[in-house]
Amino acid sequence: MARLDAFGDRLFRRLVTAAGWFVLLALAAAALSMYWGGREAFGQFGFGFLWSSDWDPVQEEYGALVPIYGTVVSTAIAMTIAVPVSFGIALFLTEVSPAWLRQPLGAAIELLAGIPSIIYGMWGLFVLAPFLAEHVYPRLDAWLGGWPLLGPLFSGPPLGIGMLTAGLVLAIMVIPFISSVMRDVFMTVPVRLKESAYALGSTTTEVAWNIILPYTRSAVVGGIFLGMGRALGETMAVTFVLGNAHQINASLLMPGNSIAASIANEFAEATTPMYQSALLALGFVLFIVTFVVLAAARLMLMRLNRREGR
Amino acid sequence: MLKSLQRSLATLALAAGLAGTAQAAEITGAGASFVFPAMSRWSADYNAATGHRINYQSIGSGGGIAQIKANTVDFGSSDAPLKPQELAQSQLVQFPSVMGGIVPAFNVPGIAANQLRLDGKVLADIYLGRIGKWNDPAIAALNPGLALPDLRITVVHRSDGSGTTFNFVNYLSKVSPEWKEKVGEGTSVRWPTGVGGKGNEGVTAYVRQIRGAIGYIELSYALTNQVPYAQLRNAEGRFVQASSASIQAAAASARWSDSQDFHLVLTNAPGADSWPIAATNFILMSKKPKNAEGNRQAREFFRWVYANGDQAAAELGYVPLPDELVQQIEAYWGQHFN
Repeated sequence: MARLDAFGDRLFRRLVTAAGWFVLLALAAAALSMYWGGREAFGQFGFGFLWSSDWDPVQEEYGALVPIYGTVVSTAIAMTIAVPVSFGIALFLTEVSPAWLRQPLGAAIELLAGIPSIIYGMWGLFVLAPFLAEHVYPRLDAWLGGWPLLGPLFSGPPLGIGMLTAGLVLAIMVIPFISSVMRDVFMTVPVRLKESAYALGSTTTEVAWNIILPYTRSAVVGGIFLGMGRALGETMAVTFVLGNAHQINASLLMPGNSIAASIANEFAEATTPMYQSALLALGFVLFIVTFVVLAAARLMLMRLNRREGR
Repeated sequence: MLKSLQRSLATLALAAGLAGTAQAAEITGAGASFVFPAMSRWSADYNAATGHRINYQSIGSGGGIAQIKANTVDFGSSDAPLKPQELAQSQLVQFPSVMGGIVPAFNVPGIAANQLRLDGKVLADIYLGRIGKWNDPAIAALNPGLALPDLRITVVHRSDGSGTTFNFVNYLSKVSPEWKEKVGEGTSVRWPTGVGGKGNEGVTAYVRQIRGAIGYIELSYALTNQVPYAQLRNAEGRFVQASSASIQAAAASARWSDSQDFHLVLTNAPGADSWPIAATNFILMSKKPKNAEGNRQAREFFRWVYANGDQAAAELGYVPLPDELVQQIEAYWGQHFN
């Protein structure tokens, strides 16, 4: 019996180990196959592929700068909006909300996370974009367009589609992910800690900033990464509202392009080998961009934790 | 007893299987998405009439060309014709299947469908970003008496690679040397200006939403979505409206007999009534098929389509081929298949 147990245990161990390695293997395989597919483009354009803004399928000249810029900027806009809002949602749900509201609100967030991205895209295109073009962007242009530093970001014709719209739609898409992670980790804060703080006369704001956030920081950052990863790679919703123009504009109201959107748009009719290779190379670049962004965030977190130790 | 039952069942199954392949063939095809709605409708009708099944995968022209070259399908389809050398190299034949029209749709307050008149040069200059306002003298000169507003033009193009784009920029290249030199033609190009919508529906949505927008879409989309579109001046210098009749006029006046392997792009076609941006879908088949029976069945299918598929195509906004062209295709088949 004991031998059978030991055997079962060993088997279990191997299975779990295999599952763990599987993640690394899948990651390496995906990265490698994209690099392999893109090798022609990398060979032809070298590092220039990363900072050339050319994208000319007729002349067969490709560069990734415009899509990289669009991916990073639209994600940055999305995170700027999504992080504070998610923090508010999670805090409301765990600290402020009356008990009867928690359940339906939690369910609503999970429902929001389950909506397919094509629906967000169509909603963005048919509902949000016309509304923004009609009511919001003209005012943004009028109010902020003349400002010295902020001005160029918010000037231009109110098309309704562009970087800012894409950022807004992305924010709505990632809020459920970030806020549900935040809510779950906020609930793990020991009641003892919070009550002690309240007993010492802390306000809810002070408890949030000085007790809950420090206690859950690394998990909160993990939740933000999760949302950010999704925003970086989001394809369908962005394609609908980004405008898909291969150009870099200072204005956030103008159209741009993203890596995932370019691939989704152009792959089916990429007729020449170099064109296909350039698109796969773009996929590899997205991989690198995501990796760099996540690594940078990890490093930041590590430095924060070290300072805490002192 | 059991064994003999098994044996007789197996024989029965084998017989049924053989009978199945003899009666209902499965014909496989892959390629352009432009023709997909028509293809689905024809397949359903053909299946009802003959019992044969068509399995058409709309994976894009590029994929269709690759698959027929690899001989993994019975026919491929492409929105841009292949050059005769390329066909000869890969042992392929090529012939048209069905046509459609591309129209410049616009959103200018106060101007209704077919009121606006454009010509190729002006259209190219708009897409080059050189004409930026609707009241530009070049547009006004073509539209005497029409009150053109002082409104910015927003150019809308396709963001995805597409046969519609290929035919549109092929037209611009034919009418504007500057376009040909600076941009050129292809299923996607480097657009000098504008925003990109995904698919006909994306471009249509952008045109409807953005005041002052102009975009190129298939005629059937413009009709079903009631987006106004402009008249164009054709190669003979006459202004024509886009319609089934004017697209068929373009196909009828095109000099198909002069072209080898039907390598002809139906833009800027001669003829007084011809719509200048007509698009043709092409079918590609192998001269040395792996599956000879599938190849023969595919030709039977297209023969049936030319004879019986016109009405279904027209209902979906396509334009069927003129009869003379169908006769030329039959003759072409006779040369290459026996």
